[in-house]
Amino acid sequence: MSKIWFWLVLLSVVVLIFKGPNLVISEMLSSSKSAVELVINLWGIYAVWLGILEILDKSGLSEKLARLLSKPIKFLFKSNNADANKFIAINMASNILGLGNAATPSGIKAMQKLDDGSGKANFSAMMLLIINSLSIQLLPTTVIGLRESAGSANSSDIILPTILSSMLTCAFAITLVFLINKLKRKKKQ
Amino acid sequence: MSVYILPVLIIFLFIYSFFKKVNVYKSFVGGAKGAFALCLDIFPYICAILCAVALFRASGLALWLTQILSPVFSFLGIPPEVSELVFLRPFTGSGSFALLNNIFATYGADSYIARCASCILSSSETLFYVTTVYTSKTSIKKLGYAIPVGLLASIFGAVVSCLFCRII
Repeated sequence: MSKIWFWLVLLSVVVLIFKGPNLVISEMLSSSKSAVELVINLWGIYAVWLGILEILDKSGLSEKLARLLSKPIKFLFKSNNADANKFIAINMASNILGLGNAATPSGIKAMQKLDDGSGKANFSAMMLLIINSLSIQLLPTTVIGLRESAGSANSSDIILPTILSSMLTCAFAITLVFLINKLKRKKKQ
Repeated sequence: MSVYILPVLIIFLFIYSFFKKVNVYKSFVGGAKGAFALCLDIFPYICAILCAVALFRASGLALWLTQILSPVFSFLGIPPEVSELVFLRPFTGSGSFALLNNIFATYGADSYIARCASCILSSSETLFYVTTVYTSKTSIKKLGYAIPVGLLASIFGAVVSCLFCRII
């Protein structure tokens, strides 16, 4: 990530020196401003979801959910960390229900529990990152809403192709992670 | 239908907690308290990624790279009209939604292009944003193969999205 950021910024600024040197600082300041606005919005959203998350946790429901999903979680994440699995379960469930904003705080908590302090992402952390950078939601509600307001006659006809392509993409990415992991282990031996 | 999911879940959660003798109010407040700290922690990462993306787009590099990649995308069955969306999707969520609205306005919400774009957008996530925010509170600095795999998967997703939109 640090390399990507470094090159992205450096190359862009080099080009901007010729195209519009005054844009450099104005673009950075305006995006910093929108970052502040975004984070303030997220503050409100996360407060609600972290509150609900805490009730889920205190009532023991998150453990129940983790037990319910324990087989797929063990298979996918190879994690025996009960604390992390609880948050992974909530993260997966909120992703499937299309609650991206509830998925983020639980995902961050799961990542903290999975972190082994080595500075490198282990297999479970990698899998969690990959699955969260794909979409596994069942109903693309936001996009359907946008199509609706753009005057679509049949706004929900994207549901089936979306679900199919999400599932295929997930399967593709998960297989890749498993394959790379296997190759890496073979190399070590 | 989907509007009922959340309210029903919340009612269930409250009734369940009531029988488990959990103080719902106290738990909610306790959880919500963590939101500010979480936002403080992720802010610098969000700021850094938004700055980089803004510069990348303002410099014209994004558009230039899109034009270069466009023939490759066409070869994979992705129409050139949506290649900018495919390219920018991993970088910016709000930018992608703006592009989607543009596509709706230009080609009509029921056109093949618009359906492809909708499908691509809703079967993917903002890769760079997710990876930075998720790792922001951990020691993880080396992401290994997460980004290449994520990018490959997002291109794969775009290809199958366009394919399914054509046949369904």
